[in-house]
Amino acid sequence: MSIGPGWYLGLSTVLFAIGAIGVLVRRNVLIMFMCVELMLNAANLAFVTFARTLHDIGGQVLVFFVLVVAAAEVVVGLGIVVAIFRRRASANADDLHLMKG
Amino acid sequence: MLPLTYLIILLPLVGFGILVAAGRRLGDPAAGWLATVAVAASFAVSVGVYLSLLGVNAPVRSYSQNLWTWIPVDRLQVHAGLYVDPLSMTMVLFITGISSLIHLYSIGYMKGDKDFPKFFLYMNLFVASMLILVLGSNMLVTFVGWEGVGTCSYWLVSFWFTRDSAASAGKKAFVYNRIGDVGFLLAIFLVWSKVHTLDYQAIFANIDKIGSGNITAICLLLLVGVMGKSAQIPLFPWLADAMEGPTPVSALIHAATMVTAGVYLLCRVSPLLHASPSAELTIAIVGAATAFVAATIACAQQDIKKVLAYSTVSQLGYMFLAIGCGAYTAAIFLMVAHAFFKGLLFLGAGSVIHGLHDEQDLKRMGNLRAYLPITFITFAIGWLCIAAVPPLSGFWAKGDILDNAWAAHPALWVVGIVTAALTAYYMSRLTGLAFFGKDRWAGADDGPTTDAAHAHHADGHSAEPHESPWIMTVPLWILSFFAAVAGVMAISGSRFSLANWVDPVFGSTLFHDNLSSSAEWTLAIVDGVVAVLFVLIGLRLWSTRSERPALEASFLRGAWYINELYDAVFGRPSERLAAFCADVVDPKIIDGAVNGVAGAFRGSGSLLRRTQTGYVRNYLVGIMFGAVVILGFMLTRMWWG
Repeated sequence: MSIGPGWYLGLSTVLFAIGAIGVLVRRNVLIMFMCVELMLNAANLAFVTFARTLHDIGGQVLVFFVLVVAAAEVVVGLGIVVAIFRRRASANADDLHLMKG
Repeated sequence: MLPLTYLIILLPLVGFGILVAAGRRLGDPAAGWLATVAVAASFAVSVGVYLSLLGVNAPVRSYSQNLWTWIPVDRLQVHAGLYVDPLSMTMVLFITGISSLIHLYSIGYMKGDKDFPKFFLYMNLFVASMLILVLGSNMLVTFVGWEGVGTCSYWLVSFWFTRDSAASAGKKAFVYNRIGDVGFLLAIFLVWSKVHTLDYQAIFANIDKIGSGNITAICLLLLVGVMGKSAQIPLFPWLADAMEGPTPVSALIHAATMVTAGVYLLCRVSPLLHASPSAELTIAIVGAATAFVAATIACAQQDIKKVLAYSTVSQLGYMFLAIGCGAYTAAIFLMVAHAFFKGLLFLGAGSVIHGLHDEQDLKRMGNLRAYLPITFITFAIGWLCIAAVPPLSGFWAKGDILDNAWAAHPALWVVGIVTAALTAYYMSRLTGLAFFGKDRWAGADDGPTTDAAHAHHADGHSAEPHESPWIMTVPLWILSFFAAVAGVMAISGSRFSLANWVDPVFGSTLFHDNLSSSAEWTLAIVDGVVAVLFVLIGLRLWSTRSERPALEASFLRGAWYINELYDAVFGRPSERLAAFCADVVDPKIIDGAVNGVAGAFRGSGSLLRRTQTGYVRNYLVGIMFGAVVILGFMLTRMWWG
C-alpha cells in the first residue's frame, strides 16, 4: 500500500490549521511567530505534493521562494521581537496595542 | 492726411504711455506739458484730416480706415476700424481742441498737487478713449471707447480719493454708467443677432432685415445706454456728485465731451431712430423732462459747480429733445456750442474756486468782478451764451432746437421755452451771487470750506481773492471767443455753416421744420425776449441779496429728493438683501453645507475607529475570515460555475 498524495495534503491541512489556530489563540509573540512558520511549511508541503503529482517543477521552485522569503522574514521578525523584549521585558502580543484607534 | 487718421488716437495714447512709464520722473509741470503737447498734436492732425476731408466730394464725405481684424470668429468678424465723416470729424475737432485748452489750464490748476503726473495720465487716456468712441466704425469699437471714458471718468471723479465724498462719488458714477452699459451691450447683441454685423454702415444697409419691433427695441436699449452716459432721467444723479472731481475734469469730461457721447451715439444711429417713431418720441419726452427737472434743481443749488452740473444735465436734455424731433444737426450745434460755453463756465468757476482758495459756496462769494476781472469778463460771455441772449451762440443753438420742437411736438416746445427761461434765471442767479453784490468771501474763514483739496493753498486763507495765472486765463479767452462767435455756424450757406457740413450725413433721416420765415422770426423774438427778461430778473433778484428762502425750496435744493427715492427703492432693499445673505445665507446655508460634510466624515470616522483595536489577534481574525470568504467563493464557483 503506497501512501498517496491525499495523505500529504491531509497532513498539510492539519499543520496549516494548527498554525492558524496557534496564531489566533496564543499571546506569546514567539509562539505566534513559530505558528506562522508552521503555516508557511504546510503550504510548502502542499506545493511539493502537487509538484510530484502533476510532474510540474514549478511547485518546487515556488517552495524555494517561500523558504527564502521565510528566512528573510525570520531575520526581520526576530529582530523586532528582540527589540520589543528589551524595552518591555515581555513578549505578550496583547501588551502591544499602541495602534488602537 | 486721411490715412493718418489713426494718429489722432495714437498721439494721446503715446502721451499716456510715456506718463505711465516716466510720469513721476517728469513731475510738475513737465508731465502736464507733455500731455498738453500730445493732445495739441492730435488736434493738429485732426485739422489736417479735416482739410483733407473737405476735398472729398462724395454724396457723403467719408473715409474708412481698417486698422486690423480684431475678432475673426466665424461669422463674427469685427475690425478695428475707424470711420471719418462730417459727424465724427466735428466731434474730433472740438474734443481735441477743447481738450488741449483744458490740459493747458490744468497745468495751472493742478500745480502743486502731489499726484500731478497721474492726473495728466488719466486725462490723456480719457482723450484717447473719447476719440476711439467717436471714430469707431462699428459698435464694438465705440463700446471700447465708451467703457474707456467711463473708467477714466471714475478715476478722475475720485481723483482726491482720500475724501470719502470723492471716493463714493466715483463709485456712484461708475455704477450708474454700468446700468446704462447693460442697455448698450444688449443693443449690440440684438443688432448682431439680426444682421450679423456690427459695422454702422452695414447695419444701415441691411436695416430692412431687422424688423420694426426689433428696431424699436434696439433704439430703446441704446436709449438706456445713453441715459447713463449722458445723465438723462432716470440715471442723472451721478453727474451732480461727479463734481467732486477736480474742476478741469468737470469741464472736460462732465460738460464738454464724455456726457455728449450719448448724443453722438444717437446721431450715429440716426437711420435706426428714423425707422422707429415711438423710440424717437420717447427720446424727445425724456429729453424735455430732463431739461426741465434739471433746470429747476439748478435754481436752488448753493455750490457753484452743482449749479453748472445740473445746467449741463438740462442742456443735454435739450440735445435729446432735438434728437427725438429728428433735428440731429440742431443737437450737434448745441453740443458744440455747449462744449465751448460750458467748458468756459467750468473753467471760469475753477478760476473762482482757485482765486478764493477752494471756496465753492455761492453764498460766500460776491463782488468778485472787482478782484477777478479776466475771469469775470470771460465768465460773463459764457453766462450770456448759455442764457441764450442774442446774438451769442447759445441763442442760435437753442433757437434751432426750439424751432424744431415747435414744428414737431408743440407741447415739448412749451417745456423747452420754460426751461430756457429757467436757464437764463439760474445762470444769472449764479453770476449775481458770485460776481455782483457785497463781498461775502471775507467771512469764509469762519465756516468749513467745501473743497479741502489743493495743499498748495492750504496756507493762504486770509489773502484776498486773486486772479489766476496766464496759463489759466489764456484758455478762458480762447474759449470765450469761440463761445461768442459759434453762432456763425447757424448762417446757412456760409463756409462755417454746420448744416452744409453735417446735413448730408443724416440725409433723409433729418427732420426739416419747414417754418415760414414769419414764424421763425416770431419764435426767435420770443426766445430772445424770454432770455433777456429772465437774465434781468435773475440778476435783479440775486445781485442785491444772497438769501431768498422763498426761491430756494428745499424740494429743489434736495434735487427732487431723487437720491432719497433711489435709496429707499433700490439702496435699502439691496442692503437688507446683503444683510440677509451675510446673516442667514452665509452662516446657515453655505457654512452649514461645509460643516455638514466635515461632520459626516467625523461621525463615520469615530464609528470606524472602533475596528482599530490595536490587538494583533483581532486583525488576524479579520484576515482569516477574509481568506475563508475568498476560498468559499472560489469553491462555489468551482462547483456551480
